[in-house]
Amino acid sequence: MRLELVKRGTEATFLVFASPFIAIAITVFVGAIFFAAIGVDPGRGVYVFFIEPISAWWSIEQLLAKATPLILIGAGLSLCFLSNNWNIGAEGQFIAGALAGSILPVVFYQFEGPLVLPLMLVMGFAGGAFYGLVPAALKTRFGASEILTSLMLVYIAQLFLDWMVRGPWRDPASFGFPKTRTFNDAAVVPTVGPFDIHAGLLVALVVSFILFVFLKRTLKGFEVRISGTAPRAATFAGVSNRNMVMFVFAISGGLAGLAGVIEVAGVAKKLQPVISPGYGFAAIIVAFLGRLNPLGVVFAALLLALTYLGGEAAQLELNITDKVTRVIQGVVLFAILACDTFILHRVRLIRRGK
Amino acid sequence: MELFEAFVLTVITAATPLLLAATGELVTERAGVLNLGVEGMMLVGAVSAFAVAVTTGSPILGILAAMVAGVSMAAIFAFFALFLVTNQVATGLALTLFGLGVSGMLGASFVGEPGVKLAAIHLPGLSELPLVGRILFGQDPLVYGSLIILLGVSFLLKRSHVGLVVRAVGDNHHSAHALGYNVLMIRVAAVLFGGLCAGLGGAYLSLVYTPQWTEGMTAGRGWIAVALVVFSSWIPGRLLIGAYLFGAVTLLQFHLQAVGVPVPSQFLSALPYAATVIVLVVISRNRRLLRTHTPAMLGSTFVPDK
Repeated sequence: MRLELVKRGTEATFLVFASPFIAIAITVFVGAIFFAAIGVDPGRGVYVFFIEPISAWWSIEQLLAKATPLILIGAGLSLCFLSNNWNIGAEGQFIAGALAGSILPVVFYQFEGPLVLPLMLVMGFAGGAFYGLVPAALKTRFGASEILTSLMLVYIAQLFLDWMVRGPWRDPASFGFPKTRTFNDAAVVPTVGPFDIHAGLLVALVVSFILFVFLKRTLKGFEVRISGTAPRAATFAGVSNRNMVMFVFAISGGLAGLAGVIEVAGVAKKLQPVISPGYGFAAIIVAFLGRLNPLGVVFAALLLALTYLGGEAAQLELNITDKVTRVIQGVVLFAILACDTFILHRVRLIRRGK
Repeated sequence: MELFEAFVLTVITAATPLLLAATGELVTERAGVLNLGVEGMMLVGAVSAFAVAVTTGSPILGILAAMVAGVSMAAIFAFFALFLVTNQVATGLALTLFGLGVSGMLGASFVGEPGVKLAAIHLPGLSELPLVGRILFGQDPLVYGSLIILLGVSFLLKRSHVGLVVRAVGDNHHSAHALGYNVLMIRVAAVLFGGLCAGLGGAYLSLVYTPQWTEGMTAGRGWIAVALVVFSSWIPGRLLIGAYLFGAVTLLQFHLQAVGVPVPSQFLSALPYAATVIVLVVISRNRRLLRTHTPAMLGSTFVPDK
């Protein structure tokens, strides 16, 4: 007796919508087993990791702040993955954007006024897009695997940032601490509205809505989708694969860069050797959990943001390392990928002797 | 001459973990499976080797633990990517993220602890030969192991029936299936072998290269190993050249720093990553070479039809 996968003719509609929730349920379940395995009461572990961080208003604010970069990067990566381009270097593009966007507040810090922040955002986008175009160009021009080149560029960006904040950009008044000068008020992303919502979140929501409409309602958006599902048909229809690669890398890199500058100008208000707890990698999971739909990405980003808060809470209250965040993030990705299988396949039981 | 000996010795140390991990990935890819979780498998291998070696005092048990850990990680990949036919690129990424987390958790209590170094084999007489003595006859078991594994893989792939079957599965899984071979099981075996080698590569890092545990200590070596497989155009012999070349590049930073080249240390540390990008570009330019050698089914899923 054995189990066998059989291709369904069509996607299982119910599962398409249910799969992210099933994936989350699996993650919580595996999380409970995992907590039990390391000697933590599973009920308490699950509560501290998944529930407690969203049980108070101040921690909801934290959740939204962490979700902001994940939404921006994840929405951009959806475009990439939909068109079958594997940009896994968003972490590097995030750093490139943060660096480019920080030129004004760090080098030209005397320059103040209402123009500073918009300029920073534009420069951050441009920086990330430029860095994203490097693996794209290497892929279209030389056929080099974008998976490996984009990832190698992450390490290079991290080292470059490290050098900048210890070297040329180090704050002379920092007593040798590796950080840049603190941004002045004109260069800080404000909070808006009655609930002090971080303005970056609004940017992220607007971007994901625009991308949603772009994919569903525009010709170019259709081309992005068809490049992934039917590349040959796309070529026959006159879609240039080369331009498509450049396009999706520029957009996803740019959005990662935008996320980078919003993060440093909204949270730390300065550059440090490490500016991201792996948002660029977590956003890959966000894109898949959101089913490569920019609106789905918003909800997926909230869950991944929760894993960061859950890790911090687990460290404080359960006395386990916050690396548990990475473990749970990995489990989320495994779970959503497994769900995709059952959308396209049915399980059939085959009795012995057949 | 002593400088030359020191240089070659350090190149060997830097190259061995790359060679081990890349040999395993080469076999996996030859069977048509792209496992991008090498970094994660190496990390879990490294931490398991360190933890077991420190706890028991035996580096040999540490190596065994790393093998078990690498195979277990690979089994997770095989379950998802082969049995549940999930996207291989995404599954590999998941494995790497998962491995980063698991190794960080397992290793949390071992950070800063002094490690146990795997001793070199000492052959009386031979090891004392001038110039080549220590290079050829004074290495640790993992260095010899890495070369034996590479030779074995090279021979089996090219000259044996097993190798032929593995290549058939990687080049056309439909034909292999039609000929009656169990595509799934052959791929599972190749993936597990990849995990075993990655685990050994990790063990080398935490038992020989720097006998201690630091988080994320592989520092991208798993990814460089994947790139090396492309560099080798899936031919084991070229893997040897690639791994030693990269070992030399990795070491360049220390030697340049030692002689006081006025370049920031971060730039020197970025050398192996920049070199990887350049090598990928140079090798990929030759599209005919890649088209001839890339396993045709690399990365594609297989569900047997009736």
